[in-house]
Amino acid sequence: MSILKFTEDHEWLRVEGDVATVGITDYAQNALGDIVFVQLPDVGASFARGDEAAVIESVKAAGELKMPLAGTVVEVNPALVDAPATVNEDPLGAGWFIRVRLDDPSAAEALLDQAAYEKLTA
Amino acid sequence: MSDHDATAQMLRTPLYDLHVSLGARMVPFAGYEMPVQYPAGILKEHIHTRSQAGLFDVSHMGQVMLVGADAAAALETLVPVDIVDLPAGMQRYALFLNDQGGVMDDLMVANFGDGRLFVVVNAACKAQDIAHMQQHLSARCKVEVLADRALLALQGPAAGAVMARLAPATANMVFMNTATVTLVGAECYISRSGYTGEDGFEISVPADKAEALAKELLSHPEVAPIGLGARDSLRLEAGLCLYGHDLDQNTSPVESSLLWALSKVRRADGARPGGYPGAAVVFEHIAKGVARKRVGLRPTARVPVREGAELVDADGRKVGVVTSGGFGPTLEAPVAMGYVETALAKPGTQLAAMVRGKPVPVEVASTPFVPQRYYRG
Repeated sequence: MSILKFTEDHEWLRVEGDVATVGITDYAQNALGDIVFVQLPDVGASFARGDEAAVIESVKAAGELKMPLAGTVVEVNPALVDAPATVNEDPLGAGWFIRVRLDDPSAAEALLDQAAYEKLTA
Repeated sequence: MSDHDATAQMLRTPLYDLHVSLGARMVPFAGYEMPVQYPAGILKEHIHTRSQAGLFDVSHMGQVMLVGADAAAALETLVPVDIVDLPAGMQRYALFLNDQGGVMDDLMVANFGDGRLFVVVNAACKAQDIAHMQQHLSARCKVEVLADRALLALQGPAAGAVMARLAPATANMVFMNTATVTLVGAECYISRSGYTGEDGFEISVPADKAEALAKELLSHPEVAPIGLGARDSLRLEAGLCLYGHDLDQNTSPVESSLLWALSKVRRADGARPGGYPGAAVVFEHIAKGVARKRVGLRPTARVPVREGAELVDADGRKVGVVTSGGFGPTLEAPVAMGYVETALAKPGTQLAAMVRGKPVPVEVASTPFVPQRYYRG
């Protein structure tokens, strides 16, 4: 089973065992507007919590995907390089950015759940 | 976008309620709450304007009427442009210069042919520009601020057809023509010009008729509302300067690559040379050249290069700066402009822009990036 968590920086992560799939929320994609460029990290790269793991550029602004938790990238979503608008169209599905092996999977419990995140962005 | 002071009282244009009802995202811009985009989003709004027609609210801009037989000669004391011989019914691009030859603002001037000059200035500069005109022109002509008028722009290849349905006489207008026409029962000043590189019109309408006119224009199937976001990407692809970014108090028109806007009769060897602020600097820049110039830039990778990015040469030496940059939806590629050392201003010159600490290759390119499609008859 998986659990869905959110950060105050508007990332989501779906944790299954010690691997988390990470993306940006619908709120974040909507605030950024039309996304035209995504730069993904290398598989194998390790990041601390809060590090910039991916670059996101929309027509009007530059943003980033921050690591919601410390871990190592095990997979990236190559579809985003050629079709960055996928993030706008399906931010919590096909628009995922990276899969990360978490250093400490239990740390996910302290992140926001969906209700808390919705309250934050209401 | 400037002016994010949330404590200041934000102004609203006469179309504020319409923007909100259309689902616009409103942002502070030059002291006004303006629509940055509608639900369609910047990309679709941009493409729609290039393929059909977009309606823009630019009522935050300043509209001024200079009235009197001496108005044209008076205005020539402030701009390096031929106003005296501007034909009736024509509009011209002009610049207010400071004593150092820097650009205080860029503006449009239309000769109504009856002793009236209609002037449109940038929103962020309008208080300064109005004071400037009142101080220097009011002894020779009346400086009337048209605060009770809104300004709309209808831009795109379908703009001509839409406007002709409302006012058939406009079909005969060509690029930079102006006319006074009745639209939705109101006296409107229209010019066949704009800020997108497309055919189109700017329409000055009494504030109390602005919403009716906007709704009328939007009722035509080709017309969609377009926000400031797409206005910026459209003007950037068209190679047009944004004041405060690509032009400012410290750039001369020669450095800004706006030599074309300096009328021949107002140059050193012209019939009415100088007589405007900064003329000596402008003459020197024309005669001796300048150390830096504004150029178009095409990043050769997909990553957008934004305002403020440093430009470096192959050795990593700083040679310039990006002043506007983003993604060009029509080109489906990033576009930018900036200032570089004159020796590096030739199209085809390979440079790099520093983006997040890394060099991104860019090529100096001629502008406009997208061909202008003005209607010339």
